[in-house]
Parts: sequence; C-alpha cells; structure tokens
Amino acid sequence: MAENPLLKVEGLKKYFPIKKGPLGRVAGHVKAVDDVSFQVMEGETLGIVGESGCGKSTTGKLLMRLLSPTDGTIEFDGKDMTSLTNDEMRKVRRDIQMVFQDPYASLNPRHSIAKILEEPLIVHGIASRKERKEKVKEFLEVVGLSSYHAKRFPHQFSGGQRQRIGIARALMTNPKLIIADEPVSALDVSIQAQVLNLMQDLQKEFKLTYIFIAHDLSVVRHISDRVGVMYLGKLVEIADSEKLYEEPLHPYTQALLSAVPIPDPHYKNEQIIIQGDIPNPADPPSGCPFHTRCPFKMEICTKVTPSLDEKRSGHSVACHLYNDQAGNDIKQLEGSV
Amino acid sequence: MSELMPKVDGIAEVEIEKTTGPWRDAWRSFRKSKIAVAGMLIVLFFVLLAVLGPVLAPEGINDQSHTDRLQPPSSAHWMGTDDLGRDILSRVIHGARISLTVGFASVVLSVIVGSVLGIVAGYYGRWVDMIISRIFDIMLAFPSILLAIAIVAVLGPSLKNALIAIAIINVPNFGRLIRSKVLSIKEEEYITAAKAIGMKDARILFSHILPNSMAPVIVQGTLAIATAILEAAALGFLGLGATPPQPEWGKMLADSKDYLQSAPWTMIFPGLSIMLTVLGFNLMGDGLRDALDPKMKS
Repeated sequence: MAENPLLKVEGLKKYFPIKKGPLGRVAGHVKAVDDVSFQVMEGETLGIVGESGCGKSTTGKLLMRLLSPTDGTIEFDGKDMTSLTNDEMRKVRRDIQMVFQDPYASLNPRHSIAKILEEPLIVHGIASRKERKEKVKEFLEVVGLSSYHAKRFPHQFSGGQRQRIGIARALMTNPKLIIADEPVSALDVSIQAQVLNLMQDLQKEFKLTYIFIAHDLSVVRHISDRVGVMYLGKLVEIADSEKLYEEPLHPYTQALLSAVPIPDPHYKNEQIIIQGDIPNPADPPSGCPFHTRCPFKMEICTKVTPSLDEKRSGHSVACHLYNDQAGNDIKQLEGSV
Repeated sequence: MSELMPKVDGIAEVEIEKTTGPWRDAWRSFRKSKIAVAGMLIVLFFVLLAVLGPVLAPEGINDQSHTDRLQPPSSAHWMGTDDLGRDILSRVIHGARISLTVGFASVVLSVIVGSVLGIVAGYYGRWVDMIISRIFDIMLAFPSILLAIAIVAVLGPSLKNALIAIAIINVPNFGRLIRSKVLSIKEEEYITAAKAIGMKDARILFSHILPNSMAPVIVQGTLAIATAILEAAALGFLGLGATPPQPEWGKMLADSKDYLQSAPWTMIFPGLSIMLTVLGFNLMGDGLRDALDPKMKS
C-alpha cells in the first residue's frame, strides 16, 4: 500500500433543493451529503457503510461527478476534479470507473456484450478495431466468463454473470479507481462471495483502488482495508477495518455492528436496538445528527456538532463521548456495551 | 425450485449457441401470431401493387372511353368502369401507389420531426420541454382533420400539401410518445453507466436512448400509416387532396357518390381497398405491439 492519497475529499456537500409552489420557490434543502472529508490511499479499499438514505450512494455519484457537489473539493491524483470542465472531466473518467448496483439495469438490453465492453474504448479512442475485439475477449476471460459470450445479449446471462460483465466494463480503460456502489447487494449470497473474491483478485492483478459502498457490514469487512460509517449525510466514524470491527467507538457503529448476525447458536444476542427512525434529512437535528436516537446522549450533543477527529491512531470518530471537555471515560463506555 | 444443488455462477451453461438479438426475438414472436402475419401479407400485397402498378394495370389512369361508361364488372373490366368509362381496376391499382406513398411519407416525416422534438424535450427537460410540450398540447387541442383542412387551405389543395398537412398533425403524437419514453429511459442505470464511462450526450442519445425508445414508435407508426391513408382519403373526398385525374382512393369515392345507386361498383372497390389497407396495417401494428412491448422476457 503506497502512502500517498489517490483521492482526497474535503468538505464535500450536496444539498438538493426542495421546490414548492407553482414558481418553484426553494423551500429548503435535503442535505444528502453534508461536510464529508476522507482520503483514499493508492491500492487500498475504502468501504462506506450506512443505512439507506444516509447519502452513501450520493457520495459515490459525487466522486464520479455524475452529480456536481454543492461545496467542497475532490482531489484525484493531484487534480481538483470540481473545477474541471465537462470536457476535461470526460478524460479523467478513464481513470475512475464505476460498478453499479443493479446488474439487470446497468447493461443496455439492446447491445451485445461485445458492444457494451467495447464502448469505453471507443469513447476514449483507445486501440484499433482489432485490438478492441481482442481486449473484449481478454477481459471476458479475466472476469471468469468465456470469449464466446461476447456475441450474446445481457438477457441471456444470470445476475452474477451480468455483474461480472459490469466489472469487465469498468476495467476496460485500465482505471486507477473503481467506485462500486453496492455491487453485490442485488445478488444471491452464494454469488456475492464469488463476485467479491473476483474483485479482490482483480485488485491485486490490476493494482486497483476501490471505494466500496454497501449496507452489508459483513460484506464490507470481507473486502475493505478501511471503513467509513455514514449517518444522515455525515461521516461519523472512519477507521482501519479491523479496528472498527473490534472496537467501534461511535454509538451508531456499535448499534450497527451488534445487528450483524453471529453464526453461533449459543451466542447470547446483546443487540443494541436504536429507537426511532432516521430523521428527515431536510430537517436534520441540531448538533450531533445521531443525538435523537443515541443511548448516550448528553447536553452538549443537542447543541454542538462533533467534528471528525482522530481519537486513536488511524481511527477517527465524530462523537462528544470522546471529547476531553465532556470528561467522559472511554473505558466506562466500553464496559456498557 | 426442485434443484437442491446451488448453481455455480460463471460456469458456461450447456446451451446451443444461438445469437439472439432483441430484434430477432421480436420477429420470432411476431411470426407466431397468425393475424399479424395476415396483416403483414395484406400490406405486402398492396406494397407490391404500388411498386408494380404500371406493369399490372390493364389500362392507364385516364384512358376514357365514352362508349364504356358505368359498365358493371365484367371480364373486360373486372371492377367495372366509372362515369368517364375509365377502368376502375386500373385506377385502384395506381391508387395504391398514391395512398401508400402518402401514408408512408407522411408518417416518416412526422416520426423524424416528432423524434427530434421529443428527444430534445425529454432529455434536456426544463424550459425546452415546457415550450415543446405546450406546442404539442395546442396542436392536439384541434380535431386533427380540422387542422389538416386548415393547413391544406393555407398551402393550397394538392396531394403534396395533403401529405405535409397529415405529417404535421401527427407530429405531436410521436413527439409525446418519444418524450415519455426518453423520460423513463434516461433514468435507467445503463444511461448513468454511459455517462460514467465519459460518453458525450450525442452518443448517449443516438446509441442508447433512441434505439431503446423505438419499439413503441414502430408500433404507433404502423398504426399511423393506416390513419394517414384514411386522412388522405378524407382530404381527397373533400377535394383538398389529390387533383383529377389522379386516382386517389378517397377522391374516387367522392367522384362516384352520384352513382351510388345506379353503379355501386364505382364506390365499392376503392372503398374496399382503403378498408383492406387500413385493416392490414392495423393488424400488423397490433402484432408488432405484442412482439415488441413485453420486453424480451427470458
């Protein structure tokens, strides 16, 4: 793992306006992504988890510049992507590719596999016609399909096979970074593992960097080097995968992890059940976004938004419980979980 | 369901290698419907008539014979003769070319114009969509034949102007159809994928959105040819389309209305031709809809 960041995200925000009335008056904003900052090192896999609606997919789309951010900077390979023109951005897209959630919807039903895989090359003007055909065959084999599949159409494949095609498409331009937006959540559990293993093998082979968005914690644990937890548009905790799963600091992460089923019939389930629903992102709570549901809520939580600070080495958390001013003892908290 | 062994993904399934594209699948399911094939045969028959008309017709369109006026069908004149002693069979055969040309050409024109407007409205949205959609609404507020009459009245009565008028009144139908299709397709994930690859708008529109929105247009187009033929006939009947001696079927109906009782064949055969052509296109259109609509289930 080289120690220079491939992607550096600073204060990323995306507010969607809520329009009301016949004239489209802006009545407020949905803060889908609210002040998110993180870095991704070259060659690593960053997992992003959170429940639905927390803004993880929007983050992925922002990183691809499929949506333009309201505020903040995205620095990729030393270049600030937010200031690029559309034309310049198109060239950068060679290096950042995306694997989509739904393998049934992400392949054009009217195009053959050969055409689907060839298209990134044509768009970026890479390789001659003959070389393109060769490359299509090569990558079909790389993702575990056969070269004779090139003539077929998407409806002739199973979900897992389609997702392999989606991965092959993302690889065609030799990208550096692949953003995978829930790439296995639409697949059967048995096939999930195969696709995850494939992605890991490809990472080694092509020296890829992954941003892996998912809601399934065990899937993320399997593949990620580091994991970020999102809640209501904010990154509440980010740490090395092992540290996060061994010793989650944020109460929300603790609750999430306690919900992961353990394959042991004698295991005494000590699930932390958080009360209530995820608040309306158009009207987020003041202070810490989690304070409405947090079992350890304090006075300060309703007033001051905690910042994401590194509390242990390589382990950042946005929670007042770990702020010195609050005077809370971390050990005491651990005992209670 | 009965399989206990989990299927291993990625292993090539045993299957006879057949390249089946979406169009080929549609043709296969179209062929299964006997009625649709019958409709297609009727259409093919009239297309042949239109193409080979001058060769097949025993007489010219304006070969008058005053001794043979209003003759009933006989071995010499299979469909009889009209008030000027012209062979009706010959005129019906020549009329096929006129009617089909008007039908095809007007629909092709309106599909082209409607597609461009519909795609622009659907893909770019906002005020562009607002303007285009309101124009469509205004055009659809008129009864179509009335609008056609008004357009022909402005342009002057001729077959070409009737064709243009019919094309114009059909534009909003196709425009709205394509707009709605584009609206749904542009939200599909493969369009997002195309953008993520770095594709330009033009390529996304013509390589991804347009081909995927064509199926309903083909169906609607086939059905619209039938209506266009009827509208051309109606304009011809009103004296706003074909000019004499052009053997346009609607015009032939209008010319023969005085002889309805004494020589009904002057009206029956052109009328029958209109009916059969329209029926053929309608049956074919219905078959196409069934073949193209339930999108590739397999």
